[in-house]
Amino acid sequence: MNKRILEEKIFKILMYVSILIVLGSLFIIISLVVANGATSLSIEMITQTPTGGYYLGKSGGILNAIIGSLFLALPATGLAFIISLGIAIYLQRDFTNPSISSFIRLSLDILWGIPSIIYGVFCLSIMMFLGLGASLLAGIIALTLLEIPIITRSMDESIKMVPNGLKETAYSLGSTKFETAYKVVRKQAMPGILAGVLLGLGRGIGDAASILFTAGFTDNIPTSVFDSTAALPTMIFHLFSSPIPGVRQKAYAAALILLVIVLCISIISRFLLRKSSKFILK
Amino acid sequence: MLIKNGSFDKKWLMDKRKIRDLICTKLMLIITIIVSILFFLIFLILLSKSSLILGSESITDLLFSSNWNPSNGNFGYFPVIVGTIIVTGLSLIIAIPISLLSAIFIAEYAPRKIRKILRPFLDVLAGVPSVVFGLCAFLFLVPLVRDFIAPFFGIESTGLCLFTASITLAVMVFPIIISLCVEAFSSIPLELKEASLSVGATKWETVKKVIFRATAPSIISAILLGFGRAFGETIAVNMVVGGIPKVPSSLFAPTETLPSLIASKYGELMSIPKSESALMFGALVLFIVVLIFNLLGLILLRNAKKRWKL
Amino acid sequence: MSKKLIGEIETQNLNICYGKHCIIKNVNIKIPARQLTAIIGPSGCGKTTLLKSFNRLLEIRDDVKISGKILVDGNNILRSGLNVSDIRKKMGLLSQKPYPLPMSIYENVAYGIRIHNHIDSKKLENAVNNCLQEAGIWNEIRDRLHDPASGLSLGQQQRLCLARAIAVQPEVLLCDEPTSALDPISAQQIEKLLLKLKKEYTVVLVTHTLRQAKRVADYVIFLYFGEVIEHGPADKVFNNPKHPRTKAYMQGEIS
Repeated sequence: MNKRILEEKIFKILMYVSILIVLGSLFIIISLVVANGATSLSIEMITQTPTGGYYLGKSGGILNAIIGSLFLALPATGLAFIISLGIAIYLQRDFTNPSISSFIRLSLDILWGIPSIIYGVFCLSIMMFLGLGASLLAGIIALTLLEIPIITRSMDESIKMVPNGLKETAYSLGSTKFETAYKVVRKQAMPGILAGVLLGLGRGIGDAASILFTAGFTDNIPTSVFDSTAALPTMIFHLFSSPIPGVRQKAYAAALILLVIVLCISIISRFLLRKSSKFILK
Repeated sequence: MLIKNGSFDKKWLMDKRKIRDLICTKLMLIITIIVSILFFLIFLILLSKSSLILGSESITDLLFSSNWNPSNGNFGYFPVIVGTIIVTGLSLIIAIPISLLSAIFIAEYAPRKIRKILRPFLDVLAGVPSVVFGLCAFLFLVPLVRDFIAPFFGIESTGLCLFTASITLAVMVFPIIISLCVEAFSSIPLELKEASLSVGATKWETVKKVIFRATAPSIISAILLGFGRAFGETIAVNMVVGGIPKVPSSLFAPTETLPSLIASKYGELMSIPKSESALMFGALVLFIVVLIFNLLGLILLRNAKKRWKL
Repeated sequence: MSKKLIGEIETQNLNICYGKHCIIKNVNIKIPARQLTAIIGPSGCGKTTLLKSFNRLLEIRDDVKISGKILVDGNNILRSGLNVSDIRKKMGLLSQKPYPLPMSIYENVAYGIRIHNHIDSKKLENAVNNCLQEAGIWNEIRDRLHDPASGLSLGQQQRLCLARAIAVQPEVLLCDEPTSALDPISAQQIEKLLLKLKKEYTVVLVTHTLRQAKRVADYVIFLYFGEVIEHGPADKVFNNPKHPRTKAYMQGEIS
């Protein structure tokens, strides 16, 4: 009798400890990045590209990496969004029979689990095969592939939740399959779709392994898709690998910039989610 | 005449709708097919790229030899594979209980207000880029392990070691497992909990015997997703694992994992065909393990679902 | 002082609110022991809420405020510091739709027994079998005791839930429209079981079908938008309703 209550008490304490560990690690991460990053953050860091001896501690900034990250992640997310929307709609029962869609879901699950470094290696192999080297384009493709399973998964989940009655209503008004999917189902599933896209964007902008080889690294802002480009995560990685402490300090500032961008994406997504939930049937 | 015209327009409009419907549907089909055979394509490319090394070395040598010396043409993956398994395994051993308990707390015990506050925190943690995780681990965990934890066990360590890497990975896996489990726990019908509570079970007994059981498939897939993330994590591990391809002698010894090895060696070895091919073989191994675990997870899920007809 | 039968429920000034919205308003009733009490009233009037307050199940939802007293055999179960699981053990629940636990048929019944008693497997088996027999399902499932409970038909599941509820030897059975999701034959079986069980337990039945209440109830409580309009012995309330609203409900003017 008392043993049962005791057991519950013990596990309750363990739960508190666990959640404290989880929140504590987030707190440590944010405070470390802010404390270390803020000291070496300056205006020139976000307005200038690196000068000759930047990696030896000379002046300059990481504008090339900030621009590069946006050039990589935004088109990649756009592409991944279009492709994912197509797949997610196609996965509905109206379009495919369940056995095919379960196969597609399985392969998406496998893609979800493939490490980003493999996407990087894969894309570079294809690029070399086509006679192109590391470039913005290769980086975009790698990130697109990385984001597709992430975005599709959350779209699929939210589209699956759309009540059947709603679809039936649309059909009974004479809509075609695609119209139903695009005009009705999409609206109802909008919050989930948005959440998926922003999840993908966040993942894409923060991922280093897939663009480590594909996007290359340069001090210049890319002018065409065949130029190689720096990005924030790879920049952090490079700065971090430097043996000079002053340069390493800049990695923290870059990390702070990246974290702020990611946080902004997260806040925007919450805001958009709330806004897009207005027309939703509960 | 006008009416006729109108009906003609209408008909043409209908056809346009139908055509658009057809085009879009077929387009979606094509995209879907391409994406769903993508993993096969990746497999083929990795295989063809690693054919060079597979032709010159035996696969058992590659997998089970401990001799890693690229400049002499020795590519024994054994230490790296062992390192990967230990780092991933240890991180999951840390992450699973903490994540499950946190998820239970959030879904079942926390009042609604606290639950609402906790959700965004988890989202933020999930969104932290891996390179930032690595940086923070380097800044915080490495000195901690070097100066306090390892000496406590009487071992000298640089702090760049298996243990640090595992903790880092565990923290990265937390938000994945927690948010998926919270979702699963909250999707359980309230009445099922009531059924258990009303025979006099405590909340914890209900969690342990009913909720865990009813959500077993979702918990399994959450853990597998977490495993996938930990297993393939590259940059964060690379920054703290030590980067020495040796079977670790203790918790606090440096080691190396497959993805981290590829990341740090690919740049310098890609110009040598044999070395590049050897690294591609590493990527292939990584890919196959991920594939096997996915299929395993699927079978587990199916069985669990069949057993309780969920 | 005469010895009271156990399983009597009494409420004093009971109020239950979800946020600002009050579902149960100032309810004072006495539910007699070892009888079948039917709580009737139009849907959405708080019948289920009232029922679930009796075993403190409302607390697992957020922002529910309960004030007043609920006395079971003279003890206020809303008092703080009580062991909630003991209260719930006394009050078995049969919900609207059957919710078998995700286990085998046998384990479903054994679940509650295992929690409360440490008995050897032989005795446990006997106890489980007895409960299944009492719930009138034994003959149908005797040779598939270890199959998943979710494989049973709805009617069988509901009887299994009944067996699960009586396995922990409660004093009261709280039934929340237990037949509404079932086909007529299964519903009839459940009704018969409840009539049989009221000899050993206090049965509180929430129902929205008046005819069911007329068939089985000894005592009737008529609830209308959170307030008790009328309560009393079944024949009195049905044949001689005092309040005009009760009359209207009996005649089918409000439903």
